[in-house]
Amino acid sequence: MKLTRAVTTGLAILGLTPALVQAADLTVTIENLTRGVYFTPLAVAAHPEGSQLFQTGQPASTQIQAMAEGGDISGLAGQLSSLGATQANNPAGGLLAPGASATASLNTDGTANTQLSVTAMLLPTNDGFVALNAIDIPTTPGTYSFYANAYDAGTEGNDEVRGSGSPGEAGFPVPPPLEPVVGTGATGITAAAEGFVHIHRGVLGDSDNGAGPSDIDSGLHRWLNPVARITVTVN
Amino acid sequence: MNRKANLTGTSGVYRWSAILGITALTTLLAGCPFDGDNDNVNDNNSDTDTFEVTITNLTAGQPFSPAAVIFHGQHWRAFTTGEPASVALETLAEGGNNASLLAEAADASQVYGHASGHGPIAPGASETVTITLPEAHNRDGLSVSVLTMLVNSNDGLAALNGVSLPALEERQSLHFTALSYDSGTEANTETVDTIPGPAASGGAQEGFNPVRDDVRDAVALHGGVVTQDDGMTGSVLRAQHRWDHPAMRVTVVRTD
Repeated sequence: MKLTRAVTTGLAILGLTPALVQAADLTVTIENLTRGVYFTPLAVAAHPEGSQLFQTGQPASTQIQAMAEGGDISGLAGQLSSLGATQANNPAGGLLAPGASATASLNTDGTANTQLSVTAMLLPTNDGFVALNAIDIPTTPGTYSFYANAYDAGTEGNDEVRGSGSPGEAGFPVPPPLEPVVGTGATGITAAAEGFVHIHRGVLGDSDNGAGPSDIDSGLHRWLNPVARITVTVN
Repeated sequence: MNRKANLTGTSGVYRWSAILGITALTTLLAGCPFDGDNDNVNDNNSDTDTFEVTITNLTAGQPFSPAAVIFHGQHWRAFTTGEPASVALETLAEGGNNASLLAEAADASQVYGHASGHGPIAPGASETVTITLPEAHNRDGLSVSVLTMLVNSNDGLAALNGVSLPALEERQSLHFTALSYDSGTEANTETVDTIPGPAASGGAQEGFNPVRDDVRDAVALHGGVVTQDDGMTGSVLRAQHRWDHPAMRVTVVRTD
């Protein structure tokens, strides 16, 4: 029943075997499935039951805000550390480009870390982020694949112009690989912070690289959820 | 599962196709007088397994090109995200022609069965394709791929890209929803000359072109079309040509 349900909702479950061992040693591969969106350094963590990165419909934590607006995962890492989480952050060693993959290894032996979370900011967005939020780590050895959606942290208005990566400041940061493909001189879209985490509605963008309402390129930076495939191999 | 939502259309198709399948088997047996095993019209242990694959177009304004339906082992793939598309995939994604992809599949040792859809599938419409496989292939690792072009796009396709099928009992069905992909082989200009579908009627409506001029020569999930209604200069597309995920539903039924 569980297999059938998983298949019909789009999750692929491969290599199921009937062994009943506790997950201890796993690899997590994050693939950026978008055509033109970069992921900032990824937080990848196993953490205890009852904890999660965020809850949709609720305000984002200051740690999620720092990650979603500027790609800073240090706050999340500290919070996860205090929970006794097993972490393997920044597996891409920086930005994860469109079409690229990165793999993290986690060993939860001797811990109570049964939940997996993965998150990073999406660029170019104001406060968009990709997340897998506290899923049960499979206990049966095998390879499991999950799709991850883009969320909006709700902490910053989506004005879609170049600006700051600091929490509470308008605009989005533009690191070097994005410099040539992000526009300049946009007037900005009138938008207020929504106040709660939700599935991202996507970016508008425009097709004018030197003016127009948005510095985002509508033909390159739009996406339709999901934005990532996350493959978990339980050894 | 969501069969109830679609009872009027597809469930009738399932039954009708199942009847046709049994009729064909009866005819085959009647034509084989030297086959002593003539009591197996409804035998679950016949030499083959037959699957009906029903493809539903979930978009508002993107006709599907004739689909490619391929049953294969767990390692064969029509494409890999993040990697360049094959020329065969490019041919399907840019021009809606599935012939090269099916020909390559036919030659692959990991492919157990393949078929072309009968024709384009209009938005909202469904089509059922029947494929019979040697029974030995109904085992762990059996997977299915379904690929079709979104014809009012430059190089967009809806695809179920190698999903694993658990062993199905006769009459058991599985439902999948499929994402759409950008083959990464053609710039998404959305112009009247580069889109082969009816939205570009009156233009050159070019299909396959070997030039690869997208931002990155790699298959990615599709970001959707922008359209002239959303401010894209030169686009022949309108708001009704936009779509969201999922773009396609696929139902697989084992009928024999």
